[in-house]
Amino acid sequence: MHPSKYAMCFVLPLILLFALSACVQSVDDTASEEAVEGRAIQNKGSDTLVNLALAWAEAYQSVQPDVSIAVTGGGSGTGIAALINGTVDIANASRSMKEEEIAGAQANGFDPVEIRVAIDALAVIVHPDNPVDQLTIQQLSDIYTRRIVNWNEVGGSDAPIVLLSRETNSGTHVYFLEQVVRQGDDENEDIFAPQTLLMPSSVGITSEIRRNPNAIGYDGLGYVTEHEKVLAIAKDENSPYVLPTTETGADGSYPLSRFLFMYTAGEPEGSIAEYIDWIRGPEGQAIVAELGFVPLNEE
Amino acid sequence: MKLLQRWKVVPDSDDSVIEQLRERLSNLRIRDVWEFFIERLIWLSGISMIVIVALIFLFLLREGSAAFLDIPLRQLFGRRWYPIEGIFGIWPLIVGSILVTAGAIAIAIPLGLITAIYIGEIAPDWQRDLLKPIIEVLAGIPSIVLGFLGWIALAPLIQRLGAPTGLTIFTGSLILAYMSLPTIISISEDALYAVPKSYRNGALAIGATQWQTIWRVVLPAARSGLVIAIMLGIGRAIGETMAVMLVTGNAANIPDLTPGLIFQPARTMTATIAAEMGEVAQGSLHYSVLFGIGIILFVITFAINSIASRLVGVQEAGQRQKRG
Repeated sequence: MHPSKYAMCFVLPLILLFALSACVQSVDDTASEEAVEGRAIQNKGSDTLVNLALAWAEAYQSVQPDVSIAVTGGGSGTGIAALINGTVDIANASRSMKEEEIAGAQANGFDPVEIRVAIDALAVIVHPDNPVDQLTIQQLSDIYTRRIVNWNEVGGSDAPIVLLSRETNSGTHVYFLEQVVRQGDDENEDIFAPQTLLMPSSVGITSEIRRNPNAIGYDGLGYVTEHEKVLAIAKDENSPYVLPTTETGADGSYPLSRFLFMYTAGEPEGSIAEYIDWIRGPEGQAIVAELGFVPLNEE
Repeated sequence: MKLLQRWKVVPDSDDSVIEQLRERLSNLRIRDVWEFFIERLIWLSGISMIVIVALIFLFLLREGSAAFLDIPLRQLFGRRWYPIEGIFGIWPLIVGSILVTAGAIAIAIPLGLITAIYIGEIAPDWQRDLLKPIIEVLAGIPSIVLGFLGWIALAPLIQRLGAPTGLTIFTGSLILAYMSLPTIISISEDALYAVPKSYRNGALAIGATQWQTIWRVVLPAARSGLVIAIMLGIGRAIGETMAVMLVTGNAANIPDLTPGLIFQPARTMTATIAAEMGEVAQGSLHYSVLFGIGIILFVITFAINSIASRLVGVQEAGQRQKRG
C-alpha cells in the first residue's frame, strides 16, 4: 500500500470520530441540565479517598438500587478541576480547595460546597529493616528539604535517605507540604527537595518502600500494610511520639491527621444530597472505619 | 479552454462543442469516474497530513505561547520545577529527557547495528528466519508493559548494584534502548539488504575478507538507511512517556556531575506533561507551560528529523557526484 493510503485509514475514522463526539457532547449537555435521576452520579478525585469512595458506592447499591455511582481517582486536583469544568457531580479531595480553584468555579457560575466525609491519618512509612522508629515533624521537614541526607543523622544506619512523595496533583502532597515540610507555618516557603521521587500513585510509594531500605515515604493510613513500617511522629521534641491509629487520629493526638472532603457544585440536591447524607451517617462511617480510615466524630 | 483540451474537444462552433462533450460523456466509463475520485482521495490524504501537522503546531503555539511571553526566559529555563508554587524552571526536565535519551541511544545504536549486521550479513538462513519475526514481535510489545517490567524486575536489580534507588536515568535508558532496538534493527537490516549483491561479490573477488567487505563496502553503501534507522530509534526514545514515568523516579533534579551520574533519578518532559496535565485548570499559567514543554519537544524532534534528512541528503549528493 502507498503511505498515503495508510494515512487515509487513520484520518477518515478520526474525522468521523470528531464529528460523532461533537454530536454526543451536545446531547450530553442537555441531559445534565434536566436531572441527575436515571444516570450515574459522577464521583472523581483524591486517590486517598478512591477506595473508600468505591466501597461507599458499592454499599449504597443495596440502599438505593436506582442510583448508580461511577467512581474514578486521579488526585484531588484532578477531581476539583473536573468539578470546575462541570464533568463530575462530586469531587473527592484530601485537601481544601485553593482560592484560585474557588475563583475558577465561581467564574463557571457556582459556589463549591465543602463537605467533610472522613478523617485520614497520614502515616510516615519506611522499610521494615530500617532501625528508625520515630521522628519529629522538624526532623521530617529537614529530611524532605535535604538538610538531613543520611539516616545516621536521625539515629539510623549509615545510608543515604531516598525521598518518596506523591505527585504534585495529589492532595496528600499538598497537605504534607503545608503541615510537614513547612511545619504548618504560612510564612515558611520551603518546598520538597528536587531529589524527591514523585510517584504517580499511593501503591507506587508502598511498593518502593517495600523493596528499598533507604526510602521514606508517606501514605494514607488506609493504604499501609504489614510490609511497611509506620513511624511514630511527635509534634516537637517535647511532645510524645504517637503512632497513627483510628483512635489517635480521632482524638487528635496524632499530629498528621486531616479531614477528607467531598465537593459539590452548589448545595447538593436530590439523589446527590441523599447519598452524601448516607455517607455521613452511621452506615457510611462504619465503612470508613472498616477501611482503616478514621470516622467523623462530630455531632 | 484547458478543460476542453483535456476532453479532446475541438472548438470549431458552439453547437459542435456541446455535441462533442455529450459524446465524450457517454463514452465515460465508471472506471474513469472511480479513477478521478481515487486520485482526489489520495491527494486529500497526502495534504491532510500536512494540514494536521500544521494545525497541531498552531494549537501548541496558541496554548503554549503564554509560557514564553508571561514568564521571563531566565526563570522559565531555571533550575527548579515546582509548578504548584508557580516555580516553572524547565531546565531539569530538558536535562532529564536528554540524559535518558542519550543513554538509550548509547546502548541501542551499537547493539542494534551489530544485530542487524549479524542478521543481514553473517547469520545462516535458518537463524535469520527465526530472528526476524522475533524482533518484529518485540516491536509490538506495548511500552507500558516494558515499563512495568522495568518497575518490577529491572529497578530492584539496579538498586542491588549499589544505587540508593533503582529508579534512575540508567533504568529508563535501558528500557528505552530495548524499546527502540526493534526499530533500529529492522530498518538497518532493510538498508543492508538493499545493498546490491554485486558489491559484496566484487569486494570478495579482489581478496577482501568478510569483515573487510562488511566494514568497508556494505556499511558505507547502506549509510543513509542506517542513519534513518538510528534517527527513528531516537525519535521513539525521546517521545516515550509511560515506561519512562514508571522507572526514572520523576525527580525534577539536575543530576550531580559525578561518575554515578546515570544512577540518579530524573524527570523527563514527556512524563511531566502526562503526570500534570490532568490536574491543571485550563488556561492557567501551568497549563500553558505544559504546552510550552510540548513545543520544545516538537522543536527537538523536528531538529532531529532535519539533521537526519540533511545527513542523508549530503551523503546521497556525494554518492551521485562520485558516480557522475
